[in-house]
Amino acid sequence: MKQQRHWYHYLWIWSIIYFSLGFVNILFAWLGLISFCLPLIFAIGGGNKLFCNRYCDRGQFLRVMGSQVGLSMRREMPDWMKGKAFRYGFMAFFFAMFFNIIYTSYLVGSEIQNLQDVVTLLWTFQLPWNWTYTAGVSPWVAQFAFGLYSLMLTSEVIAIVAMLIYKPRSWCVFCPMGTLTQTICRAKASPES
Amino acid sequence: MAKLSPRHAVVDRDMCVACGTCVDVCPMGAMKIIQGVYASPVEDKCVGCGMCAKECPASAIKVEVRS
Ligand code: SF4
Ligand code: SF4
Ligand code: SF4
Repeated sequence: MKQQRHWYHYLWIWSIIYFSLGFVNILFAWLGLISFCLPLIFAIGGGNKLFCNRYCDRGQFLRVMGSQVGLSMRREMPDWMKGKAFRYGFMAFFFAMFFNIIYTSYLVGSEIQNLQDVVTLLWTFQLPWNWTYTAGVSPWVAQFAFGLYSLMLTSEVIAIVAMLIYKPRSWCVFCPMGTLTQTICRAKASPES
Repeated sequence: MAKLSPRHAVVDRDMCVACGTCVDVCPMGAMKIIQGVYASPVEDKCVGCGMCAKECPASAIKVEVRS
């Protein structure tokens, strides 16, 4: 049976637009904050995971590439990856890295540290990105953009690798945003559920 | 009363991450996400086809014979 398609089933295109824009000009990386704010607005405001269930571009990108294009090997995920320890541990690590980006931007803003115009993949590999930085903004604005783009690209790479090996939306099992919003929803849910 | 199919999907609420993949693939529109916490099939809609179980990344769904 063919599923009915809605406009929001095409939001996966945003993933491609986002990473392309950041390639052209790193300052577009700031738009990544949408992917942090929207799920929280749904979870805190509505007590639901409608962002994950409907509007998340990454979840859809993984579905399109894994299921529709058929790139996923669909292996079973190891139990430890689905476990609470890993899910909450990864969430803590991810948000620690996010706050580190804010701290680094603060250091650059207070001229304690110089701007690093590199995109760092998997917190290790530095990709030169200096063609994209347009002068004219405060260095901390650019530093935050480089940091956020690094985090978005790193998590996208992990998500794609998980999609290739395991089921298409495997990243969603340990996605920090998904874990956080489910935790918020659980706290808000009425006791009988 | 509508006749229930002999098999149905059962969700392990502890393993479910409420991602909504099952809602997306269910041909009967039977899966619902309850308060952003876990998925649950509407019993008289679920036909036990197993599409959701096949796609669930957390392997939280099993198709069982109704008791
Ligand atoms: S779990 Fe993460 S990647 Fe998956 S749909 Fe939710 S926010 Fe998107
Ligand atoms: S696909 Fe699996 S983990 Fe995702 S909402 Fe459905 S039962 Fe839960
Ligand atoms: S077993 Fe089939 S009908 Fe039942 S919830 Fe899963 S996909 Fe829908």
